[in-house]
Amino acid sequence: MRKIRTYKDVTHGTGSGLLEQVVDQQHRLAERLALVRSVVAVASGKGGVGKSAITANLAAALAGRGLAVGAVDADLNGPSLARMLGVSGGRLADRASGVEPAESPSGVRVMSMEFLQQEEDAPLRWREPEMGRFIWQSTLETGVLREFLGDVEWGELDVLLVDVPPGTDKIARLLELVPELDQMLMVTTPSETSRFVVSKSVRMAREAAVGTVALVSNMVGHTCPKCGHVSELFTGDGAKRLEEESGVPVWAEIPFDPRFGAAADSGTPLVITDPDAPSCRAILELADRVEEHVAIRGEDAVERVGS
Amino acid sequence: MKFLCVECDKVMDFAERQIPGDGTLAAVFTCGSCDREIAMLTNPMETQLISSLGVKIGGREVPAQPMELARTSLEGGRDDAFVLSEDIPLASGESALASGDPVTPGEGVSAGEAAPVRIVWTSEATGRLERVPSFVRGMVKRIYTDWAREKGVSEITPENMDRARTELGLEGM
Repeated sequence: MRKIRTYKDVTHGTGSGLLEQVVDQQHRLAERLALVRSVVAVASGKGGVGKSAITANLAAALAGRGLAVGAVDADLNGPSLARMLGVSGGRLADRASGVEPAESPSGVRVMSMEFLQQEEDAPLRWREPEMGRFIWQSTLETGVLREFLGDVEWGELDVLLVDVPPGTDKIARLLELVPELDQMLMVTTPSETSRFVVSKSVRMAREAAVGTVALVSNMVGHTCPKCGHVSELFTGDGAKRLEEESGVPVWAEIPFDPRFGAAADSGTPLVITDPDAPSCRAILELADRVEEHVAIRGEDAVERVGS
Repeated sequence: MKFLCVECDKVMDFAERQIPGDGTLAAVFTCGSCDREIAMLTNPMETQLISSLGVKIGGREVPAQPMELARTSLEGGRDDAFVLSEDIPLASGESALASGDPVTPGEGVSAGEAAPVRIVWTSEATGRLERVPSFVRGMVKRIYTDWAREKGVSEITPENMDRARTELGLEGM
Protein backbone atom coordinates (compact mmCIF):
# COMPACT_ATOMS: atom_id res chain seq x y z
CA MET A 1 0.00 0.00 0.00
CA ARG A 2 1.39 3.39 -0.92
CA LYS A 3 2.22 5.82 1.87
CA ILE A 4 0.33 9.08 1.83
CA ARG A 5 1.69 11.81 4.05
CA THR A 6 -0.47 12.77 7.00
CA TYR A 7 -1.73 16.27 7.74
CA LYS A 8 1.05 16.82 10.25
CA ASP A 9 3.67 15.50 7.85
CA VAL A 10 2.78 18.31 5.48
CA THR A 11 4.09 21.55 6.88
CA HIS A 12 3.34 23.65 3.81
CA GLY A 13 0.08 25.61 4.08
CA THR A 14 -2.57 25.70 1.38
CA GLY A 15 -3.05 29.45 1.40
CA SER A 16 -6.56 28.92 2.68
CA GLY A 17 -5.59 30.69 5.87
CA LEU A 18 -8.32 29.44 8.19
CA LEU A 19 -6.10 28.90 11.20
CA GLU A 20 -4.37 32.24 10.64
CA GLN A 21 -7.74 33.97 10.66
CA VAL A 22 -8.70 32.37 13.96
CA VAL A 23 -5.37 33.40 15.46
CA ASP A 24 -5.94 36.89 14.11
CA GLN A 25 -9.29 37.03 15.89
CA GLN A 26 -7.61 36.09 19.15
CA HIS A 27 -4.98 38.78 18.67
CA ARG A 28 -7.60 41.45 18.05
CA LEU A 29 -9.42 40.46 21.21
CA ALA A 30 -6.22 40.44 23.26
CA GLU A 31 -5.23 43.86 21.91
CA ARG A 32 -8.59 45.33 22.84
CA LEU A 33 -8.55 43.85 26.34
CA ALA A 34 -4.99 45.04 26.90
CA LEU A 35 -6.55 48.43 27.65
CA VAL A 36 -8.72 46.93 30.39
CA ARG A 37 -7.17 46.70 33.84
CA SER A 38 -9.49 44.02 35.10
CA VAL A 39 -12.07 41.75 33.49
CA VAL A 40 -14.58 40.64 36.11
CA ALA A 41 -17.14 37.95 35.35
CA VAL A 42 -20.39 37.79 37.27
CA ALA A 43 -21.42 34.18 36.90
CA SER A 44 -23.12 31.38 38.73
CA GLY A 45 -24.00 28.41 36.60
CA LYS A 46 -27.45 28.66 38.20
CA GLY A 47 -30.26 30.76 36.76
CA GLY A 48 -32.49 33.13 38.69
CA VAL A 49 -30.00 34.07 41.38
CA GLY A 50 -29.80 37.74 40.43
CA LYS A 51 -26.60 37.94 38.41
CA SER A 52 -27.77 40.69 36.09
CA ALA A 53 -29.22 42.90 38.82
CA ILE A 54 -26.01 42.52 40.81
CA THR A 55 -23.93 43.28 37.70
CA ALA A 56 -25.96 46.42 36.99
CA ASN A 57 -25.71 47.68 40.56
CA LEU A 58 -22.03 46.80 40.86
CA ALA A 59 -21.27 48.56 37.57
CA ALA A 60 -23.13 51.68 38.67
CA ALA A 61 -21.42 51.60 42.08
CA LEU A 62 -17.95 51.35 40.55
CA ALA A 63 -18.68 54.02 37.95
CA GLY A 64 -19.99 56.25 40.75
CA ARG A 65 -16.53 56.11 42.32
CA GLY A 66 -14.98 57.50 39.20
CA LEU A 67 -13.76 54.25 37.72
CA ALA A 68 -14.04 53.68 33.99
CA VAL A 69 -16.47 50.79 33.77
CA GLY A 70 -17.76 48.68 30.91
CA ALA A 71 -20.40 45.97 31.05
CA VAL A 72 -21.02 43.19 28.56
CA ASP A 73 -24.24 41.25 28.61
CA ALA A 74 -23.00 37.80 27.62
CA ASP A 75 -26.55 36.49 27.77
CA LEU A 76 -27.27 36.75 24.07
CA ASN A 77 -30.54 34.84 24.31
CA GLY A 78 -32.05 36.73 27.22
CA PRO A 79 -30.34 40.10 27.45
CA SER A 80 -31.40 42.30 30.36
CA LEU A 81 -28.38 44.33 31.41
CA ALA A 82 -28.96 47.29 29.08
CA ARG A 83 -32.52 47.60 30.37
CA MET A 84 -31.37 47.45 33.98
CA LEU A 85 -28.78 50.15 33.36
CA GLY A 86 -31.29 52.43 31.65
CA VAL A 87 -29.73 52.31 28.21
CA SER A 88 -32.31 50.14 26.49
CA GLY A 89 -32.61 50.94 22.80
CA GLY A 90 -29.15 52.49 22.71
CA ARG A 91 -27.50 52.93 19.33
CA LEU A 92 -23.92 52.04 18.57
CA ALA A 93 -21.54 54.36 16.78
CA ASP A 94 -19.95 52.44 13.94
CA ARG A 95 -16.30 53.05 13.13
CA ALA A 96 -13.78 51.13 11.12
CA SER A 97 -11.78 50.58 14.29
CA GLY A 98 -14.72 49.25 16.26
CA VAL A 99 -18.19 49.88 17.55
CA GLU A 100 -18.64 52.41 20.31
CA PRO A 101 -20.74 51.07 23.14
CA ALA A 102 -23.83 52.77 24.46
CA GLU A 103 -23.33 54.71 27.67
CA SER A 104 -25.74 54.46 30.56
CA PRO A 105 -26.86 57.51 32.57
CA SER A 106 -24.62 56.21 35.37
CA GLY A 107 -21.62 56.33 33.04
CA VAL A 108 -21.27 52.61 32.32
CA ARG A 109 -20.31 51.62 28.75
CA VAL A 110 -22.63 48.82 27.75
CA MET A 111 -22.80 46.19 25.02
CA SER A 112 -25.79 43.92 24.70
CA MET A 113 -27.59 41.85 22.10
CA GLU A 114 -30.63 43.95 22.91
CA PHE A 115 -29.12 46.78 20.87
CA LEU A 116 -28.98 44.60 17.77
CA GLN A 117 -32.43 43.07 17.65
CA GLN A 118 -35.25 44.75 15.80
CA GLU A 119 -38.19 43.26 17.65
CA GLU A 120 -38.35 43.33 21.40
CA ASP A 121 -40.00 39.94 21.69
CA ALA A 122 -37.94 38.22 18.99
CA PRO A 123 -36.03 35.17 20.14
CA LEU A 124 -32.41 35.10 19.07
CA ARG A 125 -32.16 33.48 15.65
CA TRP A 126 -29.30 33.12 13.23
CA ARG A 127 -29.28 32.97 9.46
CA GLU A 128 -28.30 29.37 9.00
CA PRO A 129 -29.47 26.18 7.40
CA GLU A 130 -32.49 24.84 9.31
CA MET A 131 -30.98 21.42 9.69
CA GLY A 132 -28.50 20.96 12.46
CA ARG A 133 -28.89 24.38 14.07
CA PHE A 134 -27.63 23.07 17.38
CA ILE A 135 -24.30 22.25 15.73
CA TRP A 136 -23.20 25.80 15.04
CA GLN A 137 -25.30 27.72 17.56
CA SER A 138 -22.59 27.55 20.17
CA THR A 139 -19.89 28.46 17.63
CA LEU A 140 -21.86 31.46 16.42
CA GLU A 141 -22.69 32.67 19.90
CA THR A 142 -19.10 32.32 21.04
CA GLY A 143 -18.01 34.27 17.96
CA VAL A 144 -20.50 37.03 18.65
CA LEU A 145 -19.44 37.21 22.30
CA ARG A 146 -15.87 37.53 21.04
CA GLU A 147 -17.02 40.48 18.96
CA PHE A 148 -18.82 42.03 21.96
CA LEU A 149 -15.55 41.89 23.84
CA GLY A 150 -13.08 42.58 21.07
CA ASP A 151 -14.85 44.67 18.42
CA VAL A 152 -16.21 47.25 20.83
CA GLU A 153 -14.19 50.38 21.42
CA TRP A 154 -14.12 50.16 25.18
CA GLY A 155 -11.18 52.48 25.45
CA GLU A 156 -9.20 52.37 28.67
CA LEU A 157 -11.25 50.72 31.37
CA ASP A 158 -10.61 50.01 35.02
CA VAL A 159 -13.18 47.24 35.06
CA LEU A 160 -15.03 45.34 32.38
CA LEU A 161 -17.88 43.39 33.94
CA VAL A 162 -19.25 40.40 32.05
CA ASP A 163 -22.72 39.19 32.97
CA VAL A 164 -22.50 35.46 32.22
CA PRO A 165 -25.72 33.50 31.56
CA PRO A 166 -26.55 30.28 33.43
CA GLY A 167 -24.74 27.06 32.63
CA THR A 168 -21.14 26.05 33.24
CA ASP A 169 -20.74 25.80 29.46
CA LYS A 170 -21.20 29.59 29.28
CA ILE A 171 -18.44 30.06 31.83
CA ALA A 172 -16.20 27.76 29.80
CA ARG A 173 -17.00 29.80 26.71
CA LEU A 174 -15.88 33.01 28.40
CA LEU A 175 -12.74 31.38 29.76
CA GLU A 176 -11.88 30.23 26.26
CA LEU A 177 -12.10 33.82 25.05
CA VAL A 178 -10.53 35.46 28.09
CA PRO A 179 -8.20 32.88 29.58
CA GLU A 180 -6.62 35.40 31.92
CA LEU A 181 -9.80 36.41 33.64
CA ASP A 182 -9.01 38.51 36.71
CA GLN A 183 -12.02 38.00 38.92
CA MET A 184 -15.04 35.77 38.88
CA LEU A 185 -17.90 36.52 41.24
CA MET A 186 -20.06 33.44 41.72
CA VAL A 187 -23.57 34.46 42.62
CA THR A 188 -25.53 31.99 44.68
CA THR A 189 -28.37 31.95 47.20
CA PRO A 190 -28.49 30.28 50.60
CA SER A 191 -30.39 27.34 49.08
CA GLU A 192 -28.87 23.89 48.98
CA THR A 193 -29.83 23.46 45.33
CA SER A 194 -28.02 26.63 44.43
CA ARG A 195 -24.93 25.45 46.33
CA PHE A 196 -25.06 22.16 44.44
CA VAL A 197 -25.13 23.87 41.04
CA VAL A 198 -22.73 26.71 41.81
CA SER A 199 -20.13 24.34 43.23
CA LYS A 200 -19.58 23.03 39.68
CA SER A 201 -18.87 26.52 38.44
CA VAL A 202 -16.54 27.25 41.33
CA ARG A 203 -14.57 24.14 40.49
CA MET A 204 -14.38 25.13 36.86
CA ALA A 205 -13.13 28.62 37.71
CA ARG A 206 -10.51 27.29 40.08
CA GLU A 207 -9.28 24.71 37.61
CA ALA A 208 -8.99 27.46 35.04
CA ALA A 209 -6.82 29.40 37.49
CA VAL A 210 -8.99 32.51 37.42
CA GLY A 211 -7.13 35.22 39.32
CA THR A 212 -9.67 35.64 42.09
CA VAL A 213 -12.87 33.68 42.68
CA ALA A 214 -15.37 34.89 45.27
CA LEU A 215 -18.92 34.06 46.27
CA VAL A 216 -21.80 36.51 46.42
CA SER A 217 -24.74 35.24 48.40
CA ASN A 218 -27.92 36.88 47.18
CA MET A 219 -31.42 37.00 48.63
CA VAL A 220 -30.12 36.39 52.13
CA GLY A 221 -33.20 37.02 54.26
CA HIS A 222 -35.80 39.72 53.96
CA THR A 223 -36.16 42.52 56.45
CA CYS A 224 -39.70 43.77 56.92
CA PRO A 225 -39.58 47.51 56.28
CA LYS A 226 -42.27 48.13 58.90
CA CYS A 227 -41.29 46.01 61.89
CA GLY A 228 -37.70 45.09 61.07
CA HIS A 229 -38.33 41.38 61.41
CA VAL A 230 -35.93 39.30 59.34
CA SER A 231 -37.42 36.30 57.61
CA GLU A 232 -35.41 33.74 55.71
CA LEU A 233 -36.34 33.14 52.08
CA PHE A 234 -34.39 29.93 51.80
CA THR A 235 -33.67 27.18 54.26
CA GLY A 236 -30.07 26.17 54.32
CA ASP A 237 -26.75 27.91 54.36
CA GLY A 238 -25.50 27.07 50.90
CA ALA A 239 -23.04 29.91 50.42
CA LYS A 240 -21.38 29.35 53.80
CA ARG A 241 -21.14 25.63 53.14
CA LEU A 242 -19.66 26.28 49.73
CA GLU A 243 -17.13 28.65 51.27
CA GLU A 244 -16.07 25.99 53.77
CA GLU A 245 -15.89 23.22 51.21
CA SER A 246 -14.10 25.13 48.47
CA GLY A 247 -12.14 27.72 50.36
CA VAL A 248 -13.62 30.39 48.10
CA PRO A 249 -14.56 33.39 50.26
CA VAL A 250 -17.97 34.99 50.50
CA TRP A 251 -17.46 38.64 49.57
CA ALA A 252 -21.01 39.81 50.01
CA GLU A 253 -24.33 38.77 51.48
CA ILE A 254 -27.10 40.72 49.85
CA PRO A 255 -30.46 40.78 51.61
CA PHE A 256 -33.58 40.46 49.52
CA ASP A 257 -35.20 43.78 48.75
CA PRO A 258 -38.12 43.99 46.33
CA ARG A 259 -37.03 47.50 45.41
CA PHE A 260 -33.78 46.07 44.06
CA GLY A 261 -35.64 44.32 41.25
CA ALA A 262 -38.10 47.15 40.77
CA ALA A 263 -35.26 49.64 40.36
CA ALA A 264 -33.59 47.36 37.84
CA ASP A 265 -36.86 47.20 35.91
CA SER A 266 -37.02 50.99 35.86
CA GLY A 267 -33.47 51.25 34.49
CA THR A 268 -31.98 53.00 37.50
CA PRO A 269 -30.02 50.69 39.77
CA LEU A 270 -31.09 51.01 43.39
CA VAL A 271 -27.51 51.67 44.45
CA ILE A 272 -27.87 55.08 42.79
CA THR A 273 -31.21 56.08 44.30
CA ASP A 274 -30.90 54.51 47.75
CA PRO A 275 -27.29 53.63 48.51
CA ASP A 276 -28.14 53.29 52.22
CA ALA A 277 -30.56 50.42 51.67
CA PRO A 278 -29.15 47.22 53.26
CA SER A 279 -28.96 45.52 49.84
CA CYS A 280 -27.06 48.49 48.43
CA ARG A 281 -24.67 48.66 51.36
CA ALA A 282 -23.82 45.03 50.57
CA ILE A 283 -23.28 45.97 46.92
CA LEU A 284 -21.02 48.84 47.92
CA GLU A 285 -18.99 46.50 50.11
CA LEU A 286 -18.74 44.14 47.17
CA ALA A 287 -17.56 47.06 45.06
CA ASP A 288 -14.88 47.72 47.70
CA ARG A 289 -13.57 44.19 47.31
CA VAL A 290 -13.63 44.29 43.54
CA GLU A 291 -11.89 47.64 43.49
CA GLU A 292 -9.22 46.44 45.94
CA HIS A 293 -8.40 43.57 43.62
CA VAL A 294 -8.35 45.82 40.58
CA ALA A 295 -5.79 47.95 42.39
CA ILE A 296 -3.73 44.90 43.31
CA ARG A 297 -3.70 43.76 39.73
CA GLY A 298 -2.66 47.22 38.62
CA GLU A 299 0.30 47.08 40.99
CA ASP A 300 1.19 43.62 39.71
CA ALA A 301 1.11 44.93 36.20
CA VAL A 302 3.38 47.83 37.13
CA GLU A 303 5.80 45.39 38.76
CA ARG A 304 5.71 43.12 35.74
CA VAL A 305 6.45 46.01 33.44
CA GLY A 306 9.21 47.23 35.75
CA SER A 307 10.89 43.85 36.12
CA MET B 1 -7.65 21.21 5.84
CA LYS B 2 -5.06 20.48 3.18
CA PHE B 3 -5.24 18.84 -0.20
CA LEU B 4 -2.36 16.72 -1.31
CA CYS B 5 -1.70 15.89 -4.95
CA VAL B 6 -0.94 12.25 -4.41
CA GLU B 7 0.83 11.82 -7.71
CA CYS B 8 3.23 14.72 -7.13
CA ASP B 9 3.21 14.48 -3.32
CA LYS B 10 2.69 18.25 -3.24
CA VAL B 11 0.24 20.27 -1.20
CA MET B 12 -2.29 21.92 -3.47
CA ASP B 13 -2.66 25.68 -3.22
CA PHE B 14 -5.88 27.58 -2.83
CA ALA B 15 -6.77 29.29 -6.12
CA GLU B 16 -10.34 30.49 -6.17
CA ARG B 17 -13.55 30.62 -4.18
CA GLN B 18 -17.07 30.84 -5.53
CA ILE B 19 -20.27 31.25 -3.56
CA PRO B 20 -23.28 30.75 -5.79
CA GLY B 21 -25.73 32.04 -3.18
CA ASP B 22 -27.57 28.82 -2.38
CA GLY B 23 -25.60 28.15 0.76
CA THR B 24 -23.02 26.03 -1.01
CA LEU B 25 -19.42 26.90 -1.71
CA ALA B 26 -16.80 25.91 -4.24
CA ALA B 27 -13.11 26.28 -3.49
CA VAL B 28 -10.57 25.45 -6.16
CA PHE B 29 -7.12 24.16 -5.30
CA THR B 30 -4.29 23.59 -7.75
CA CYS B 31 -1.14 21.54 -7.72
CA GLY B 32 1.84 23.78 -8.34
CA SER B 33 3.75 20.88 -9.79
CA CYS B 34 1.38 19.30 -12.34
CA ASP B 35 -1.25 22.09 -12.55
CA ARG B 36 -4.03 19.68 -11.69
CA GLU B 37 -7.09 21.43 -10.28
CA ILE B 38 -9.69 20.14 -7.92
CA ALA B 39 -12.80 21.83 -6.61
CA MET B 40 -13.95 21.29 -3.07
CA LEU B 41 -17.74 21.58 -2.98
CA THR B 42 -19.43 22.04 0.36
CA ASN B 43 -23.11 21.63 1.17
CA PRO B 44 -24.94 24.35 3.15
CA MET B 45 -24.21 22.68 6.47
CA GLU B 46 -20.52 22.39 5.75
CA THR B 47 -20.41 25.97 4.50
CA GLN B 48 -22.13 27.14 7.68
CA LEU B 49 -19.66 25.24 9.79
CA ILE B 50 -16.85 27.37 8.37
CA SER B 51 -18.68 30.70 8.34
CA SER B 52 -19.79 30.23 11.96
CA LEU B 53 -16.17 30.61 12.89
CA GLY B 54 -16.06 34.03 11.26
CA VAL B 55 -13.41 32.92 8.79
CA LYS B 56 -13.25 32.61 5.01
CA ILE B 57 -11.76 29.80 2.98
CA GLY B 58 -9.01 31.27 0.89
CA GLY B 59 -8.34 34.03 3.36
CA ARG B 60 -9.64 37.56 3.56
CA GLU B 61 -9.32 40.18 0.90
CA VAL B 62 -11.01 42.65 3.23
CA PRO B 63 -9.98 43.00 6.86
CA ALA B 64 -12.54 41.68 9.33
CA GLN B 65 -15.12 44.37 10.01
CA PRO B 66 -16.28 45.21 13.52
CA MET B 67 -19.15 42.96 14.58
CA GLU B 68 -19.07 41.29 11.19
CA LEU B 69 -20.23 37.90 12.40
CA ALA B 70 -23.14 39.38 14.34
CA ARG B 71 -24.17 41.60 11.44
CA THR B 72 -24.02 38.94 8.80
CA SER B 73 -25.47 36.10 10.89
CA LEU B 74 -28.19 37.65 13.04
CA GLU B 75 -31.73 37.27 11.79
CA GLY B 76 -33.95 40.26 12.49
CA GLY B 77 -31.18 42.80 13.03
CA ARG B 78 -32.35 46.23 14.15
CA ASP B 79 -32.39 48.72 11.30
CA ASP B 80 -31.00 51.62 13.29
CA ALA B 81 -28.66 49.68 15.56
CA PHE B 82 -25.56 51.32 14.13
CA VAL B 83 -24.93 55.00 13.66
CA LEU B 84 -22.13 55.52 11.23
CA SER B 85 -19.36 57.76 12.48
CA GLU B 86 -17.03 59.42 10.09
CA ASP B 87 -13.67 57.76 9.96
CA ILE B 88 -12.57 59.17 6.66
CA PRO B 89 -12.25 62.94 6.42
CA LEU B 90 -13.42 64.70 3.30
CA ALA B 91 -10.90 66.58 1.25
CA SER B 92 -12.66 69.75 2.23
CA GLY B 93 -12.78 68.68 5.84
CA GLU B 94 -16.52 68.05 5.80
CA SER B 95 -17.86 64.87 7.23
CA ALA B 96 -19.72 62.50 4.99
CA LEU B 97 -20.03 59.00 3.68
CA ALA B 98 -19.76 57.30 7.00
CA SER B 99 -23.35 57.92 7.91
CA GLY B 100 -25.78 55.07 7.63
CA ASP B 101 -28.20 57.32 5.81
CA PRO B 102 -28.73 56.72 2.13
CA VAL B 103 -25.93 58.14 0.05
CA THR B 104 -26.81 60.69 -2.53
CA PRO B 105 -24.88 61.16 -5.72
CA GLY B 106 -22.13 63.64 -5.29
CA GLU B 107 -21.60 62.79 -1.67
CA GLY B 108 -18.08 61.70 -1.29
CA VAL B 109 -15.13 60.90 0.75
CA SER B 110 -11.60 61.84 0.25
CA ALA B 111 -9.01 59.25 -0.05
CA GLY B 112 -5.34 58.65 -0.34
CA GLU B 113 -2.89 60.21 2.00
CA ALA B 114 -0.83 62.01 -0.61
CA ALA B 115 -3.46 62.94 -3.16
CA PRO B 116 -6.99 62.68 -1.82
CA VAL B 117 -9.47 61.33 -4.31
CA ARG B 118 -13.08 62.39 -4.07
CA ILE B 119 -15.27 59.34 -4.39
CA VAL B 120 -18.69 59.83 -5.85
CA TRP B 121 -21.51 57.32 -5.71
CA THR B 122 -23.72 57.34 -8.78
CA SER B 123 -27.46 57.25 -8.23
CA GLU B 124 -27.56 53.68 -9.53
CA ALA B 125 -24.88 52.61 -7.07
CA THR B 126 -26.66 54.46 -4.28
CA GLY B 127 -29.87 52.70 -5.16
CA ARG B 128 -28.14 49.39 -5.02
CA LEU B 129 -26.58 50.21 -1.69
CA GLU B 130 -29.99 51.13 -0.34
CA ARG B 131 -31.17 47.63 -1.08
CA VAL B 132 -28.58 46.27 1.33
CA PRO B 133 -30.22 45.71 4.73
CA SER B 134 -29.50 48.76 6.86
CA PHE B 135 -28.15 46.52 9.63
CA VAL B 136 -25.08 45.83 7.48
CA ARG B 137 -25.23 48.77 5.05
CA GLY B 138 -22.63 50.86 6.84
CA MET B 139 -20.16 48.02 6.86
CA VAL B 140 -20.73 47.28 3.18
CA LYS B 141 -20.42 50.95 2.26
CA ARG B 142 -17.13 51.24 4.08
CA ILE B 143 -15.77 48.17 2.29
CA TYR B 144 -16.65 49.59 -1.16
CA THR B 145 -15.26 52.99 -0.27
CA ASP B 146 -12.00 51.54 0.99
CA TRP B 147 -11.71 49.46 -2.16
CA ALA B 148 -12.30 52.51 -4.37
CA ARG B 149 -9.76 54.55 -2.46
CA GLU B 150 -7.18 51.80 -2.71
CA LYS B 151 -7.78 51.39 -6.42
CA GLY B 152 -7.91 55.09 -7.15
CA VAL B 153 -11.48 54.75 -8.38
CA SER B 154 -13.25 58.09 -8.08
CA GLU B 155 -16.75 56.98 -9.01
CA ILE B 156 -18.61 54.05 -7.56
CA THR B 157 -20.97 52.60 -10.13
CA PRO B 158 -22.84 49.27 -10.14
CA GLU B 159 -20.12 47.98 -12.48
CA ASN B 160 -17.43 48.98 -10.03
CA MET B 161 -19.40 47.40 -7.23
CA ASP B 162 -19.45 44.15 -9.20
CA ARG B 163 -15.72 44.46 -9.77
CA ALA B 164 -15.11 45.05 -6.09
CA ARG B 165 -17.31 42.13 -5.17
CA THR B 166 -15.33 39.82 -7.39
CA GLU B 167 -11.96 41.14 -6.32
CA LEU B 168 -12.80 41.20 -2.64
CA GLY B 169 -14.77 38.00 -2.53
CA LEU B 170 -17.85 39.83 -1.27
CA GLU B 171 -20.30 37.24 -2.39
CA GLY B 172 -23.69 38.04 -0.95
CA MET B 173 -22.99 41.76 -0.37
